[in-house]
Amino acid sequence: MTGFSTDRRRVVAGLAASASLLAAPRALGQAKPKVVVVGGGFGGATCARALNRLGIEVTLVEPNATYTACPFSNLVIHGSRDLSAQTFTYDAIRRDGIAIAAEMASGVDADARIVRLASGATLPYDRLVLAPGIDIRFDALPGYDEAAVDVMPHAWKAGAQTALLRKQLESMKDGGVVVMSVPANPYRCPPGPYERASLIAHYLKTQKPKSKLLVLDAKDSFSKQRLFQNAWKELYPDHLEWVGLAGGGKTTEVSVKDMTVVTEFGRHKADVANIIPPQRAGRIAADMGAADRSGWCPIDPVTFEAKLRPNVHVIGDAAIAGAMPKSAFTANAHAKVCADAVATLLRGETPGEPKLINTCYSLVAPDYGISVAGVYHPAKGVLADVEGAGGTSPLEATKDVRALEAKYANAWFQIVTSEVFG
Amino acid sequence: MRNAFVLAALAAPLVFGSPALAQGAAPKPPPPGASSCSGCHGAAGSDLPTLSGRSADEIAGSMAAFRSGERPATLMNRIAKGFTDEETRAIAQWIAAQGRAK
Repeated sequence: MTGFSTDRRRVVAGLAASASLLAAPRALGQAKPKVVVVGGGFGGATCARALNRLGIEVTLVEPNATYTACPFSNLVIHGSRDLSAQTFTYDAIRRDGIAIAAEMASGVDADARIVRLASGATLPYDRLVLAPGIDIRFDALPGYDEAAVDVMPHAWKAGAQTALLRKQLESMKDGGVVVMSVPANPYRCPPGPYERASLIAHYLKTQKPKSKLLVLDAKDSFSKQRLFQNAWKELYPDHLEWVGLAGGGKTTEVSVKDMTVVTEFGRHKADVANIIPPQRAGRIAADMGAADRSGWCPIDPVTFEAKLRPNVHVIGDAAIAGAMPKSAFTANAHAKVCADAVATLLRGETPGEPKLINTCYSLVAPDYGISVAGVYHPAKGVLADVEGAGGTSPLEATKDVRALEAKYANAWFQIVTSEVFG
Repeated sequence: MRNAFVLAALAAPLVFGSPALAQGAAPKPPPPGASSCSGCHGAAGSDLPTLSGRSADEIAGSMAAFRSGERPATLMNRIAKGFTDEETRAIAQWIAAQGRAK
C-alpha cells in the first residue's frame, strides 16, 4: 500500500502492464464480488438471498415469473390442495435488492467466467452457483418422449403436469386402473413416488373404491420402505399393489397409443399412467461440463465447488451430494452452506468443514405423516452420514404421533417457503 | 504523465475500494450445522417451535435432552445425535446471537 503512494507511477505502470487491469478487474478485487446464481428453486433462491445478506452482488437467473414447489404437490394430485398453494413469486427476492435476469441461461463460458443469456446478454461472475434442478431424460425409456408427457404425465416438475395428472384421476371412471412407474436411483425426492402412491390410493379408496393403483418399481428397496408398506397394508390393502424389481416391476417401455406400460414380465393397460422417468441434472450443467457421465455433478463436499469446473458451485438436486437425498430441504441446506463457502473463498480464505441436516416428511394419508432425517459431514470426499444420527420415524407409533408428523410437515413447508420466497 | 494519473485514479478504487467483505468486517460463518436449522425453525406462530428469543443455554439444554432421550421428540432426537456437546453449544450460541435461526 505504501508503495502506491511513494511510487505511484511505477505501480500504475506495473498494473497496466499486467494487462489484467481492464480485462479482468476481478483479479484485483473489485468494489463488490459478483456471483451469478442460475436457477430460482429451493436451492438457487435460498443461495441468492444468503449471498445478498453477506454483501455480495448477486444476479439470479430464472426465466419463470413464478415457482411451483414440488413438496406437497402430491396433495394437489390427491385433490385436497390447490395448485396455487404451491406457487410463489420472486417479488420478495427482488425487494431484497437481488437482480433477477428473467430469462434462460443459454450457456456458460467457464474460462472467461461469463454466463450467456438467451437474449444474447452476458453476466460476468467471480463465482457461479448452478442450481438447475433436474431434467427429464427423454432418451432413457423407450416410448417416453416429450410428446408422451401430455398423455402420461410425469408430474415430477410441479405445475401444469401436476394439474394434468389430477385432472386425469378425476376424469377416470370408478373401476379404473392407475399405473405408476418409478425409476431406479438416483432421482429427485426418493420417497416422493411412495407418498404419491399413498395419496392416490387414499383418493381411490375414498372416492373411486372399485379402482386400483399398480406401482411398478425399478427397485426392490426404497426410502422409508417398511413404514410405507406397513401403512399400505393397514390402509390400502385393496387399492395399492407395489411390484418391485425382483417381481418384474422395472418399466422397459411405454406406449402412449395403447396406454400401456411394459415391463420384462408383462404389459399393463392403464386408464391413467403416471410415469416418473429417469432424470439428470438440469441441462446447463452438462452443457458447461460440470456433470459427469452419470448426468449429475460431482462436488467438493466442503464448498460445493464442481469437481469438473473451478469457480462453479452446484447445489440441490443437480449435485452428487453423497448420502444426502435430492430434496427441497437438502437444497435449502446446501444453499446456505454454499453461500458461506463462496463468501469465504471470495475473501481469499479457506472454508471450514460444514455439517448439514436433511428432513423429509411424507404423507401416507392427509393426517398420517412419517419422516426421515439425517446429519451429514464431509468424509472421504463426499457428504457422508454422521454415524449414530438420523433415521426414520418409529415403526410402531400412535395415531397421534403420525398426525403430529403430518402437522409438522405442513409447518415445515410454510417455514421453508417463507425463508426461500417470503 | 497524464495517462499515468488517469490510470491511478481508475486503479485506486479498484485496489483500495475493496468491499467490507475483504476487510475483516465479514460476519463469522455459522458453526457446522447451524445454518440448516432455519429450514424448520422460523418465526413464532408455527406448529414447529421458533428458536427466536431463546437463550443459548435453553437451546443447548433442549438438544442435550433430545439426544439422551430424556425429552420426547418426533425427529429432533435423530438430529441431535449428529452433534457433539461442543458443536451443539456453538450452534446454540450462534442461534441465540442471531435472535432467530438463520
